[in-house]
Amino acid sequence: MAEHISSKKLYITIWAILICFTVITAAVSRVDLGQFSGVVALIIATIKAMLVVLFFMHVKYISEKMTLIVIIAGVFWLLILMVLSMTDYASRAWT
Amino acid sequence: MAEREVEIVLPHHVEGLQHHFADLEQQREASTMGMWVFLITEVMFFGGMFLAYLVYRRMYYQAWVVGSEAMDFWFGTVNTVILICSSLTMALAVRASQLGHRRALVILLIVTMIFGIGFMTVKGVEYHGHWLKHEFPGPSFHFEGPYEQQVEIFFSLYWAMTGFHTLHVLIGIIIIGFVAYFGWRGDYTPANHNTVENVGLYWHFVDTVWIYLYPLLYLISHSHPFK
Repeated sequence: MAEHISSKKLYITIWAILICFTVITAAVSRVDLGQFSGVVALIIATIKAMLVVLFFMHVKYISEKMTLIVIIAGVFWLLILMVLSMTDYASRAWT
Repeated sequence: MAEREVEIVLPHHVEGLQHHFADLEQQREASTMGMWVFLITEVMFFGGMFLAYLVYRRMYYQAWVVGSEAMDFWFGTVNTVILICSSLTMALAVRASQLGHRRALVILLIVTMIFGIGFMTVKGVEYHGHWLKHEFPGPSFHFEGPYEQQVEIFFSLYWAMTGFHTLHVLIGIIIIGFVAYFGWRGDYTPANHNTVENVGLYWHFVDTVWIYLYPLLYLISHSHPFK
């Protein structure tokens, strides 16, 4: 398959959304959300990261399955590292 | 035994095609996949530090709040905006190379480098401030306030994570400089510009790491009821 070429308009739209989310996350951090401030900030960061990876890094348009497997395996590994480790720490009463 | 006729097909010479690939298409896909394998090793590299951050944040939560308060909100926010803008110019540079617009490619790469240098300048000013306040871990570490020892762990992670991130920005700027020179020389064509694509992937990855560092270090522990 031929290489996908995104339009300039799409890139600028993604950039504008990223700037908006940056302003939102900065503004929200000034509001007292208690325990949820971390969760909200990380959700916004993940949305921003997804936009960068899908559109700027062209993952949305990758046709080669082997490349997708590499990326999915990498993300899955990161989830194992974070989720299993934190579950361990959260469920051990003596730490 | 009768001799058999063997037809030897010599590959046609294609500009920029390495002989072990069937065609430019296959070469491009292999190059993208190789770059992603490298980026996954980078995910593992930074992933370990992010995990250490989360584990210690959980253990010494109060110290994390105090440490986060010592961060300058505006340095972090301005640098986030700078990096997002640099990602846009980088994405447009890759697009220019896809279309074979040599002039636009070189200009956009140089603008990306300027954003990168801007990021490092802000970071340098910020580091200088922390250094003067003895907020660098080690024998000279000093912190006015509670939980000094645990806050030192916060600062160790702060320096390690942002330090390695800034090192990646520096390496990115240098590589972009070479790619801009090669692009100006006319090395890249719409059919063969894997190097530009890959340096773009690298730059966006570095941006993604900062997208997570920004809330973790500068935002989340502020204005918390336990303060």
